[in-house]
Amino acid sequence: MEAFREIILLLAATIRVATPLVLAALAGLFSERSGMIDLGLEGKMLAAAFASAAVAAATGSAWLGLGAGVAAGAALALVIAFACVTHRGNQVVAAMAINIMVAGLAPALALAWFNQGGQTPQLDGPGQRFLGLAWPWSQAARRHPLPGLAYAELLSGHNVIVYFAAALVPASAWVLYRTRFGLRLRAVGENPLAVDTAGISVGALRYQASIISGVLCGVAGTYISTAASAGFVRDMTAGKGYLALAALIFGKWRPYPTLGACLLFAFADAGAARLQGVALPVVGVVPVQFIIALPYILTVLLLAGFVGEAIAPKAIGAPYIKEK
Amino acid sequence: MSAPGRLPRWADYGLLPLLNLCAALLISGLVIRLIGESPWAALKLMAAGAFGAQDSVGYTLFYATDFVFTGLAVAVAVHAGVFNIGGEGQAYIGGLGVGLVGLAFGSWSPWIVVPLGIAAACAFGAAWAFVPAWLQARRGSHIVITTIMFNFIASALMTYLLVNVLIKPGQQSPESREFGPGAVMPSVHQALGMIGIPFAPSPFNLASLLALAACLLVWVFIWRTRWGYALRVFGQNPQAALYAGISPQRTILVSMLISGGLAGCLGVNELMGSEHRILLDFPGGAGFVGIAVALMGRNHPAGILAASLLFGALYQGGSQLAFDMPHVNRDMVVLIQGLVILFCGALENIFRVPLAALLCRAGGSGRT
Repeated sequence: MEAFREIILLLAATIRVATPLVLAALAGLFSERSGMIDLGLEGKMLAAAFASAAVAAATGSAWLGLGAGVAAGAALALVIAFACVTHRGNQVVAAMAINIMVAGLAPALALAWFNQGGQTPQLDGPGQRFLGLAWPWSQAARRHPLPGLAYAELLSGHNVIVYFAAALVPASAWVLYRTRFGLRLRAVGENPLAVDTAGISVGALRYQASIISGVLCGVAGTYISTAASAGFVRDMTAGKGYLALAALIFGKWRPYPTLGACLLFAFADAGAARLQGVALPVVGVVPVQFIIALPYILTVLLLAGFVGEAIAPKAIGAPYIKEK
Repeated sequence: MSAPGRLPRWADYGLLPLLNLCAALLISGLVIRLIGESPWAALKLMAAGAFGAQDSVGYTLFYATDFVFTGLAVAVAVHAGVFNIGGEGQAYIGGLGVGLVGLAFGSWSPWIVVPLGIAAACAFGAAWAFVPAWLQARRGSHIVITTIMFNFIASALMTYLLVNVLIKPGQQSPESREFGPGAVMPSVHQALGMIGIPFAPSPFNLASLLALAACLLVWVFIWRTRWGYALRVFGQNPQAALYAGISPQRTILVSMLISGGLAGCLGVNELMGSEHRILLDFPGGAGFVGIAVALMGRNHPAGILAASLLFGALYQGGSQLAFDMPHVNRDMVVLIQGLVILFCGALENIFRVPLAALLCRAGGSGRT
């Protein structure tokens, strides 16, 4: 019974860890499917984490914080699109620039505005954070382990962003595979010339994809600073943007497999915290660092074609030059 | 880069990077103004902090040495058309090589241990670059992604080693024990002191000579050898290189091995030159500064030297600035670094295209 409880709690932790990964990976899905490498997930998320925590601290409203986070993510996405689409800059360089800029700017502004050594104030007032929503009867249901605890921990008790992320996966799949916009988006990532020949603007599509990515990164960043924790601290995204990118690659640029990869990576992460020093059957004590590195190792193996094959959108990384 | 604007060399190597730097500084100045401090005062404080005293010059040059290594690492790969973002991880693992030599042979004579440490730094850094390079060359795995992944794997590996294996017994913080006396790169103030010139103590050490030598060697390699020529042809036009009988696989491997080896040398400066033990996360982002340095220095060793000095001054001046202005911290320098990458790299056409048009109109000398 205790083991079952442990498993349920582990799965609940997995959901919490997976949420920002899912949001960021879907953000990357849209921009990468349009033919733009999205290494900037990390920076956009970090900027949103700072903006949302700062605004939530200043106004006392988590929702205004969310708005600020989304605005910050979208603004940076516009910078990237301006550099890479309008000026045909190198996408990798633009993204690295954004990531490094934000890593400097966010703590610099935090220090200047809040004077707490590069953090934002603790968000502990009412309404400053996105807290878990308890579903009906979830407290009462806890007493019955199998359906009850699972219901209370896995379905109920999460904050609104978690449910948003869960709904976003089928929504993204629908947009990508069932709408005109999605068809064009996939086409522009594979063969921009064909899209251009059909009289559709490659640049406009890539701008749209980039903004979607920025908005979703904004939600992800807001989750990190105002839902998963109570305020912004330096470098708090801690590589989650790159991990989400790895999940996107691991999911072969498709929504549901990407969700699966996010859950797998999150499960490894949630498990790593619990497995510290615990001896497992067969393998013995697994170093925590190995589990932390596991998603990256798996992604490299996948990219190498040793486990399955990952085929990126064909036109990814190349700026589109109309008159070529 | 297939930029439409071609510039004469003086503008490409001098004016354009300067304009880009000015744009980056301008925006940083706006941020400082937004914070409520004077940008001009901040700039003066930074300049004083970087060059105002002998020891601050020492620190500036010490940081610059780091950035020469990582900047050259990025540049060599870029000449082959390969973007190595893994400098941070390669430097970290290179430092492991230095550290293992320092811990194992620290009691031997420095005349043996220091060269051994340098060799280990190169070998370990190159080895860490080898896997992504091989995967790109043989299996077509996107090297940008794999090198990023290898940064994280390096970080996890080093944390594991420092926490579980290399940690000095009976100590809380994950650091190795100190290297023996043989594994110490003499510092510049000691070396100058021996020949009778007094210089204030700082971590500035003789690894800087290694950095200068690396600049020269990279220049010779890229522009004066057959291999360097193959590298540049492949970087400019892989198709043409293939027809010229240049092996893409070998070119990628060679460029990445050199790149990784150069990045690994950061460990010589940081660990043998200054810390004398292995620390958690000692590269501290220098691998990423290398991207900014290489972009600003136009992938040329002379440019990289100048850009490294600039970033060395920014890092040293920035930490000084944090003392003098309570509302500004060293993160401002990271912002400037990001802006330099943005303007020199992704947004360079903003200045390049109008500049080329302007120079062309000014006398028809826009084409070289």
